[in-house]
Amino acid sequence: MRKSTPSGISSVDSITITIKLFAHFRNGRFKEEKYELPPSTDCRTVILSLGFRLGEMGIVMVNGEHASLDQLLQEGNTLALFPLVGGG
Amino acid sequence: MDKILRVNMTDLTTSVETAPIEWAGLGGRALTSTIVAKEVEPTCHPLGPYNKLVFAPGLLSGTAASNSGRLSAGAKSPLTGGIKESNVGGTAAQMFARLGIQALIIEGMPTTDNWYSLVLDKNGVTLQEERGLLGLGNFAVVEAIQSLLGKKTGVICIGPAGEKLLTAANMSVKDPSGKLRSHGRGGLGAVMGSKRIKFIAIDDEGAPGITIADPEKFKAASRIFTKAMMDHPVSGQGLPTYGTNILVNILNEAGGLPTRNFTDGQFEGHDLISGETMHDTIVARGGKPRHGCHAGCVIQCSQVYNDKDGNYLTSGFEYETIWGFGANCCIKDLDDIAMADSIMDDIGIDSIETAVAFGVAMEAGILPFGDGKEVVRILRDEIGKGTPLGRIIGSGAGSVGRTYSMTKVPVVKNQGIPAYDPRSVKGIGITYCTSPMGADHTAGYTIATNILNVGGQVDPLKKDGQVELSRNLQIATAAIDSTGMCIFIAFPALDIPECLPALIDMLNARYGAELTGDDVVSLGKNILKTERNFNLAAGLTSAHDRLPEFFKTNPVAPHQAVWDFTDEEIDAFWNF
Ligand code: SF4
Repeated sequence: MRKSTPSGISSVDSITITIKLFAHFRNGRFKEEKYELPPSTDCRTVILSLGFRLGEMGIVMVNGEHASLDQLLQEGNTLALFPLVGGG
Repeated sequence: MDKILRVNMTDLTTSVETAPIEWAGLGGRALTSTIVAKEVEPTCHPLGPYNKLVFAPGLLSGTAASNSGRLSAGAKSPLTGGIKESNVGGTAAQMFARLGIQALIIEGMPTTDNWYSLVLDKNGVTLQEERGLLGLGNFAVVEAIQSLLGKKTGVICIGPAGEKLLTAANMSVKDPSGKLRSHGRGGLGAVMGSKRIKFIAIDDEGAPGITIADPEKFKAASRIFTKAMMDHPVSGQGLPTYGTNILVNILNEAGGLPTRNFTDGQFEGHDLISGETMHDTIVARGGKPRHGCHAGCVIQCSQVYNDKDGNYLTSGFEYETIWGFGANCCIKDLDDIAMADSIMDDIGIDSIETAVAFGVAMEAGILPFGDGKEVVRILRDEIGKGTPLGRIIGSGAGSVGRTYSMTKVPVVKNQGIPAYDPRSVKGIGITYCTSPMGADHTAGYTIATNILNVGGQVDPLKKDGQVELSRNLQIATAAIDSTGMCIFIAFPALDIPECLPALIDMLNARYGAELTGDDVVSLGKNILKTERNFNLAAGLTSAHDRLPEFFKTNPVAPHQAVWDFTDEEIDAFWNF
């Protein structure tokens, strides 16, 4: 998994996704970045490669829908990661 | 805690009664709804002499239990025409409890144009004619009462909106830092105004205080309960750090952030009004990211928000208000929204109802979407002064919709729909439809399970499991609203197994009772049925347990979701 550069041409055997982080997940990381991944990468792999523990994940969404850790990412997907937070 | 104070505004008399036996063991919402159902004619005019305004502290208010200082207020709502319970933090509930007041009932209506105030103290209640503070905003009222009667005096008051009987008017309650919290929804401020009471001052000097039947057991249970609050990531970390406004980005991502008067589910300016941005702004300006609305709150979801120059601007700045003026009215400047919040506190009007009303007003062309400065002007110069336009907007979203013949008016039982789109978060739609309170997210907060993964996961976009989810949460909430606990204890309660038993142990230790979990569930069910029966007798039937038509016909982006529950599916809510 690597950050995709604006000028970089993604190779045929990789997909590009957008990753969005929220609340304290942003600390020392980023808010929103595009990443290139091998096809058939699941959410779990991405989460772990960003240095998260699975236990800290509150909400995982792919394209605005709740996703399981096993869900495979597709070209152009947006993966959003939230810690356990709430309000009301 | 068994004194009932009764104030009759028609003949200007007060009395102290002993609570009837059937009210034993009731507090908060259980008690206000029981009293309203028993003593108020369901078909009465909510602003006439036959309505009653009832206050009751929660069952655990006044004890050392964390987060137990909520005060319930009840009446027939002039906004919905049904029963209303609204609860609030601030210092009043704990003072009621220490004074041994189980409930305060205000009935009748003055036969002259005079205004009055009430003072509650260890001797009971005194009624006085009030002149000096009429027309003043809530902040000035609180300041005047504090300088007259002392800093520690508790205050429940109404601003100009309540005096003018606007049906979105709230009642304000002083918090520990002398600022305000609100009995927000359902226009209870107008009911207080109709009784011509400008303020209620509370002095608990020399109060008898609370007796705990089994102090050791209470302490032990309280320790477990508080630990659960601190251990759960939402109550222990998320809410204290970011407040409730962390929800802007979550709901936006999920496509459930009602935008442009419920036209879209995502707002392009979400980042500017998000909890993350707000947190950084508060810290940079020397405000306080965490702050409790009453002594003993260990979660502290509230905050102090300063302006650009580092001066206090507002507190208790909630997600629903920020959503309402932000995404719903397309205002991208958090400072404009904070200014609106402060003015609404001062004039005493519900920030949710008002924001939804402004969304409809913008769609009607009264002012442009996104015009924060004009919102501030209308709040101050029209609603605050009670001009004709101010009265139309200040009487709620339904009022604006009717006056301007709009079809897209997001209300249920004439109460504005709050910050979660029912098409893309379907569980909350069931709560909006069925709650006896009208559209109220707090009545059964399915967002926890639909969106936040607390208490399991129920897919927000599908119909499966939503009716049951909303039912279970509404039953539990009705019970929690009776204990004096803030509803945010539900986050740990849904996930940490020791939490609810500890709450029940505290109740038992406080009263020397032997309640079980089942008793608490039946309490919740009874409250809902009592409220529902009042509404049925008032003329609010299953036909009113419905969302407005446009939710069925207008799909909301990005999921293109529509409201697709049948009437039968909704009505199955009441099968319990
Ligand atoms: S969590 Fe928030 S609303 Fe609840 S008692 Fe604390 S400050 Fe008040």
